[in-house]
Amino acid sequence: MQGIVTKIIPFSSVDGPGNRTAIFLQGCNINCKYCHNPETRKQCINCGVCVEHCPEKALSFEEGKVSFDASKCISCDTCIKVCPNDSTPKSKYMTAEEVMSVVKKQIPFIRGITVSGGECMLQPDFIKELFILAKKENLGTLIDSNGTIDFREYPELLAVSDGVMLDIKAFFNEDHRNVTGADNYKILENAQYLGENSKLCEVRAVIAPDLYDPIKNLKAMGEFLIPLYRINPFRIKIIAYRPMGVRKEYSSMRVPTKEELEKLKNILSDMGFEEIIII
Amino acid sequence: MIRPISNERVEKTREEILDIIKSATLTHEQKVTCLANKADSLLEVLDEVPGLDELLNCPQEDRCICDLSEGHAPLRPRYIAPDYQKLMKEGCKYLNLEPPTDLYEALNTLLIFYKHVPSVTNYPVYLGQLDDLLEPFIDTVDEATAAKLIKLFLLNVDRTVLDSFAHADIGPKPSKTAHYIFEAEKVLEDAVPNLSLKYEEGVSSDEYLKEAVECALVSAKPSFANHKMFAKEFKGNNYVIASCYNGLNLGGGSYTLCRLILGNIAKRSSSIEDFKEKQLPYVMDVMAKYMDARIKFEVEESGFFENNFLAREGFIQREKFTAMFGLVGMADAVNYFMGKAGKTGRYGSDEEANQLGVEIMEIIDKFNQSHTNKYCEGTDGHFLLHAQVGLAEDIGVTPGTRIPIGEEPEELIDQLNVLSKFHKYFPSGTGDIFPIDVTVHRNPEYVMDIIKGAFVKDLRYMSFYSSNSDVIRVTGYLVKRSEMEKLDAGNNVIQDTTALGLGAAKNGHILERKVR
Repeated sequence: MQGIVTKIIPFSSVDGPGNRTAIFLQGCNINCKYCHNPETRKQCINCGVCVEHCPEKALSFEEGKVSFDASKCISCDTCIKVCPNDSTPKSKYMTAEEVMSVVKKQIPFIRGITVSGGECMLQPDFIKELFILAKKENLGTLIDSNGTIDFREYPELLAVSDGVMLDIKAFFNEDHRNVTGADNYKILENAQYLGENSKLCEVRAVIAPDLYDPIKNLKAMGEFLIPLYRINPFRIKIIAYRPMGVRKEYSSMRVPTKEELEKLKNILSDMGFEEIIII
Repeated sequence: MIRPISNERVEKTREEILDIIKSATLTHEQKVTCLANKADSLLEVLDEVPGLDELLNCPQEDRCICDLSEGHAPLRPRYIAPDYQKLMKEGCKYLNLEPPTDLYEALNTLLIFYKHVPSVTNYPVYLGQLDDLLEPFIDTVDEATAAKLIKLFLLNVDRTVLDSFAHADIGPKPSKTAHYIFEAEKVLEDAVPNLSLKYEEGVSSDEYLKEAVECALVSAKPSFANHKMFAKEFKGNNYVIASCYNGLNLGGGSYTLCRLILGNIAKRSSSIEDFKEKQLPYVMDVMAKYMDARIKFEVEESGFFENNFLAREGFIQREKFTAMFGLVGMADAVNYFMGKAGKTGRYGSDEEANQLGVEIMEIIDKFNQSHTNKYCEGTDGHFLLHAQVGLAEDIGVTPGTRIPIGEEPEELIDQLNVLSKFHKYFPSGTGDIFPIDVTVHRNPEYVMDIIKGAFVKDLRYMSFYSSNSDVIRVTGYLVKRSEMEKLDAGNNVIQDTTALGLGAAKNGHILERKVR
């Protein structure tokens, strides 16, 4: 089957442990205000606004659809900036085999692959196919997810996944709604389920002090997670909100200071979490 | 038999000598070195090689052979790699040193010995396999004392061995010594010594590699050498990494290093066929003969191997020496011919261009395998190929077989795949340098995976530094950005390599490498 792939980054140092090929899938089901790659949110509707604006004529209409010529692209990101639809003309349909043939070029320099997005769990069957192929190559397999899709419904996928890197964008539901427009009940259930089954390998919290009280949220999150941590330890990433790539209306929020982030780290390490990374 | 030289040359040299004496930026030691070079530049004693003068002593833009300022009458081999283990076991008669019995004595013995190891820089280019040398003594003091002694030793080396071509080795097995070295270097952030970790998967543990990578991301050292590859090429694992990244026999070294300037050899060729069949073989033949002449003088005339205590006491053996047949500007030559053929493909990113590079490499390798020198017994009678890193004054000359800075492929994987075609040709050294984004500080395993993969794919030697650190790798050696800034402002700086670094920053664009 085919998946809708936004892009593939051959070597990534920020999508899980070690060097990994990161595969970004197009489309997302929530709307984080600080989203730093909003072009991954929706599918292209072939409106053609980007075709008019592309300075290199790398985009054209073919049979009513936007067509992208990678050889002409200079990665100026004009198409993304002008897209009225939070999408990109560069995403494309690929089979799991096609993605795998791109991944294979990086062997033996990578230890695994990470599927991210968008929200990759909107395409769970595609991920499963891809992971089965990756496992044949002895590659690690990680899912980077916002946790809104119920993992309990995908035991076969989890069987071929080394683990899930889960975003908990806010612990309190009203804060989570404010940040993402969505409830977080399912996300916390997923954390519980994945933690109990030793499939939770990383939890990430983006710190945007203008959107919610980070201390209050991180404390509560830590208390919720620590029993799971004792079952099987996982990494916690404290990610500072940064304006790069963020939509204009949300790009002037306050960036947390180094001291604030250190303080959050200390709160968590006092609870017993060991591997806490500030980014 | 000293051949006469022109009076103009004498007068010119006299002026240069006075300039050196009056220089405001050279330190005392640097002046003495320069003056000695000027003195032997007045000699003409090497066997004459027909055709050499035209290829060597000509304007920079036409020069096809470069002898890297070794002088006209080499009084010692260019690189010397003493067997320091012998010193540890037997002491040294000439220096009246007993074998050390504890860590204090071991470090003191080494520091004394370093003062007496010459090289082309007048400082030792090889400081020993420090873990093997020191590990037997490391438990003679408590841990805190051992850590402090190692740190003081490294500080001493940085401030007294005033040249960052001084190179120490560790690995492949983990050791307490290496641990203390990493801990110290992370704090010291000094340019000297250059440091290589001989890495072999399975022998070097992941914890060890991780500690080394974390150290490299702070202090730009160690670099990582493919131990399996080197050990196969040098009999019985007895090799050292010296100077920039040069693989040589332990207890031996290199008589000389000359380099082909491939870009300029290309320019004197009427076509790619003329280059491959006539010009390149001709220049290689002249250079090999010139190296033969230098070696002959060192072995038969200079008296070094008869009189120097290193040879007399057996810290080095003449039979273990070789010579390094160097080259620069592979990219320049390939791009010249691509351009001439009206093709837009460039070395590093175009398959046809890369293939042309491999064809040129094969010609050079074949030539070297067919040339013999009776004094290179340690390497089966042949020289060893060396991808030379360039000189500060090189303009438009790309080091070795590297991809020019600014033209690195967008993706690191593509760059690594190109390098894997070339590293295998160079037992006496080649290497590539990768500035790493600071984010990686939180993921050293990223660099570890790249090293492991690279060595599976026949890469030989890799260096990393963090894009924001003070100590950076210029081409094969380390300098501090802060020291370059001092020198640029007209102040004295203690290490002579700082000036080379500043030249390379201005002419070689080394601060503009693609960050990974």
